[in-house]
Amino acid sequence: MSANTLFDKVWDSHTISSLGDGFSLLQVDRNFIHDLSGARALQALAEQGRAVMHPDLTFACPDHTTSTALDASHSGERYAKCVDPLRDLAHKQGVRFFEIGAHGFGIIHVIGPELGLTLPGSLIVCGDSHTSTHGGLGALAWGIGASEVAHVLATGAIIQQKPKRLRVRFDGQLQTGVTAKDLILYLIGRDGVAAGNGYAVEYAGPVVRSFSIEQRMTLCNLSIEMGAKIGMVAPDATTYAYLAGREYAPKDANWDAALAHWQSLPSDAAATFDLERSVDACQIRPQVTWGTSPEQVIAIDGHIPDPSAQPDPEKRRAYAAALDYMGLTAGAGLQGTKIDQVFIGSCTNGRLSDLREAAGVLQGQKVAAHVRAWVVPGSVDVKRAAEAEGLDRLFTEAGFEWRNPGCSLCVGANGEVVAAGKRCMSTSNRNFVGRQGTDSRTHLASPIMAAAAAIRGEITDVRAMMEA
Amino acid sequence: MQPFTKLSAVAAPLMRANIDTDLIIPMGRYLMAERADMHRFAFEVLRYLPDGSENPQFVLNKPAFRDAQILISGANFGCGSSRESAVWALHGLGIRCIITPGFGNIFYNNCFQSGLLPIVLDEATVEHLAKLAASGNGGPFEIDLEQQKITAPDGQSHAFAVQPQRRTQLLQGLDDIGVTLRKSADIKNHRAADEKARPWIYI
Repeated sequence: MSANTLFDKVWDSHTISSLGDGFSLLQVDRNFIHDLSGARALQALAEQGRAVMHPDLTFACPDHTTSTALDASHSGERYAKCVDPLRDLAHKQGVRFFEIGAHGFGIIHVIGPELGLTLPGSLIVCGDSHTSTHGGLGALAWGIGASEVAHVLATGAIIQQKPKRLRVRFDGQLQTGVTAKDLILYLIGRDGVAAGNGYAVEYAGPVVRSFSIEQRMTLCNLSIEMGAKIGMVAPDATTYAYLAGREYAPKDANWDAALAHWQSLPSDAAATFDLERSVDACQIRPQVTWGTSPEQVIAIDGHIPDPSAQPDPEKRRAYAAALDYMGLTAGAGLQGTKIDQVFIGSCTNGRLSDLREAAGVLQGQKVAAHVRAWVVPGSVDVKRAAEAEGLDRLFTEAGFEWRNPGCSLCVGANGEVVAAGKRCMSTSNRNFVGRQGTDSRTHLASPIMAAAAAIRGEITDVRAMMEA
Repeated sequence: MQPFTKLSAVAAPLMRANIDTDLIIPMGRYLMAERADMHRFAFEVLRYLPDGSENPQFVLNKPAFRDAQILISGANFGCGSSRESAVWALHGLGIRCIITPGFGNIFYNNCFQSGLLPIVLDEATVEHLAKLAASGNGGPFEIDLEQQKITAPDGQSHAFAVQPQRRTQLLQGLDDIGVTLRKSADIKNHRAADEKARPWIYI
């Protein structure tokens, strides 16, 4: 038998038929749907008079447009347009619906793994580009459009062109104050936002092996920010330990059979990739974006690049426009840049370990008086677990707002936005123009860098606070 | 779905890289606008000035390009969010074809769902076509999907690639679901075998 990659093994075993030119019809194991594309897709299906083929493999959760305010009434125009149709049509079609505020509710890319719905070697789609997150468990997962969601609902299958294979190795050791978020931001900054276009990425190497599942998910989450729809990490003992006992994970004899299957998934030693990249993790310092694209990122002690020094005219234009939008100066550092808001949360960094790490920075200090700082746990279960260990009190006593779960300020679809001209240090995934609200300014960073910025009231090097 | 066979139209050059789908359609608009109205907000940030009036500098507001049905753009067009409303917005604006050195992959797939033809050409050719388009006096671009060929106003032709099933569906205006359902037996057989091989997937 020829040597295969993790990606190829999962892809091939899900191929129903080949459609020519590298396109395949693939079986879908999990279809996660939400209140934007999911609601629209269910409506489209209803209009076509079609039924959901596998309601048992479809999971609905309204994460995008729901308020994260503790006193939210969860009613109004947005709910009527997005949440209610998702709930009504899910119930009508026999699709599991995770109700707002109940166990199981949260950001889809947080709840899938924590409920044990996301499994190694499974094929997962969702109408959301950060579906790559599930690859942290060795799933083959990617984001699709609303029409593709409808297609999966109606057929249980998806049409897709087979991407090429890219392996990124992280060697060496992480320095203090450097997280999975910094690794992937660094990679995007080094190789660019289109570097992974047309590839499925496998993250490998000793740093990734040493990572927890939550860290692996942060890596995979940002794959789309370098153009790759798919990011994966081969399952190992860490993966199996994470899954054991989770609500929907296999049990008893099924567990044994599943485990044997999962252990056959990692890329064979002789497997080849179309492209190999490597990163020396020792070289990476905490990263912060300065511009309006995730590739516009520097180390906390670095300098914002000068547009006029860029040989590529398109880059010159893009850099100058980004500096203008962000209100920053070429050649300057980011340290000391005053911020107005802090957002800790999202499918990138809204998990329990993220909240623990951020809380660890606080050390009894207070959020700067001019800063509005939010913690938005990724799910109801994350929130409850954090509260059980007292993280909520650490945050609220420091002056953070402790909120309900949802996508919130990452995408602003629920009305929670950063005001025009305001600057937000954010653990989310996109710093696009207007992403967090019209004319809002976003700096992407890790949870500990965000927590440090909240305390200091400005962008700061968390390492100084950790060594203190 | 509207079939795509041949197109003879003005092309508008929008030569910047990494145009993300948040820029094509902001979240607030995606959220509340109906699909048929989405085009009103396409490129909203670029198309309109803060006072709501048209930005005369934006290419699609210029008299020569108001009726453009082809967009020529920089690399990584449609990167970012998976929102299909980005395609709906452009399609509603009358855009039927986008030519670029590369697409965000989710956006690329979404194009086919609305009968919009995404064409990838090498960077030098795209630059050349953009210059021809910008000069605005060479007449229309001709796009022939059957022949997989663009004829530029300078008379030169450029071949482009498109996957055969995608091409057929565009030519006939067929959506994916109908085509896939013809393979229902294959899908069922694959599922039945999988239920035996991986029972833990089925909960």
